[in-house]
This record gives sequence, C-alpha cells and structure tokens, in this order.
Amino acid sequence: MTKNVNDWLNQHGDYLYRFALARLRNPHQAEDAVQETMLAAIKSTNFEGESSARTWLTGILKHKIIDLQRKLIREQPISDLVDLDATETSMDDFFDATGHWLEKPQALEMPENTLQQKQFLTVLNNCIDKLPSKLAAIFMMRDVNETDNENICKELDITATNAWVMLYRARMGLRKCLEINWVVGTVS
Amino acid sequence: MKLMLTCKQASKIISQSLDMPLSWSDRMKLRFHLFICNACSRFNRQLHLLRLAVNRVTQLTENDSAIKLPVDAKIRISATIETKMHELK
Repeated sequence: MTKNVNDWLNQHGDYLYRFALARLRNPHQAEDAVQETMLAAIKSTNFEGESSARTWLTGILKHKIIDLQRKLIREQPISDLVDLDATETSMDDFFDATGHWLEKPQALEMPENTLQQKQFLTVLNNCIDKLPSKLAAIFMMRDVNETDNENICKELDITATNAWVMLYRARMGLRKCLEINWVVGTVS
Repeated sequence: MKLMLTCKQASKIISQSLDMPLSWSDRMKLRFHLFICNACSRFNRQLHLLRLAVNRVTQLTENDSAIKLPVDAKIRISATIETKMHELK
C-alpha cells in the first residue's frame, strides 16, 4: 500500500478544512485539526482503499475536532465553573422572582425564501460568535455533532448537570440574540 | 407530585429534553405546562429551530467551495508531514 499523504492534502485539504472550520469556527484550530488528521493518516494502517479516502479522512477529522472542542471547553478559569453552578442567579436576565418570563419568547421561524434564509443563518452565525467561546463550543459539540450527552460529560470530565447548564445557557442566549437581531415577519 | 412548573423550571426541562430522555414525571409536568403556556411552547419551538438552523449554518460553510485551506497553512502542513515521514523512516 502506498500512501501519498501530500496527494490527500491536495485533493481533500480544502474540504477537510471547511468541515473543521464549520464546527470549530476558528481558522487556526481548523488548520490544526487538518494537520492532526494528516499526521494520524500517516501512522494509520486502517485504510485499505476500499472506502473513499475522503470518507476515511473525515472520520479521523471528526475525532480531532472533538479533541479540540474538549480542550477549548476545559481550558476555563475555575471561577467560571463555580459560576456555572449558580444557575439560579444566572437566569435572572430572563425570569422574574416568581419564575415568569420577563419577556415572553417570540415566534421565530426559518424563512422559506432562500435569500431570507441565508440572512437568517448569517444572523445566527453572528450570535454564535458572540457567545463565550466555551458555551459556543459545547453548543456546537452537542447540537451539530450530535454527540450524546453522556459522551459529552465523559469527554469533558464534567458532571451531567454542568453540561446541561452550559447547554441551557448557550441556547437561552442564542434564541434571545436571534429575537433581537432577526426582525420577525419582515416582508421581502 | 407538584404538578405546576414555573416557566423558569419548564424552560430548563425543555432544554434538557433535547439532550436526554426525560423522566416520566418531568414529561407529564412539561406536557401539562406546554398545554397551558404559550410562551414556553414558543421557547420549545425556538430551541428546535435553533438546532435545525445551526446544522444548516454548518452545512453552508462545509459546502462553500470558495473557502479553501489557506496557502500558507497548506505549506505548514506539508512541511510537518515531511518531517514526520522522515522520522518514521
């Protein structure tokens, strides 16, 4: 078996980079993920040329992406972790003392119109960028990679409660950001 | 069993429902709450929309052929591969 890793880089590098960038949302990390994938490909003996090289490489890349997301989420000040336990106070922006919505959630829908949909997705993209990076990472890890929650906790070495709290906060912030920045019922 | 959830409690359970199967009791309480509460029903739909939309955002980037591995990054990776190949020989 001959493996020309540089050929793989030329043929699939762009795709792998986009795949990583879409999930990690950071060019440097995406580059790291592609590099780690290539290095793993050199060492691996699993590829027999039966499956397509791209599928095989993407499989490796997925693991590298999770490694990087995990690192990002774990590299946080201890004070942040302590703060995460204080969920009750952190939701004060959204609820009053009796647990009622301060501002009721609005109706949000994915626009049917292609152009509007693209604008909607751009707004969402900007909202994700505004999240604290660890919240963005855990949100992407869970809602895009569809990693199951038990796995997330194992990967991150955090309690299940902490994972839910982070996901809850990320989603709460994102839907609010969408409400503010996406004008509901805009007529094209 | 306390049947009535506050919206704050309901919103937390709604978010959890995206991540794991709920207990029977939470499921019943949530179902009842959503039946009487428009605001939380909207919140529930918002979170499902969010998941759908973030997957579309991801696909858009993934399929955007205008985005390429930057040339300097490619050179760096190539160099790293070369070094590694030599080490292995």
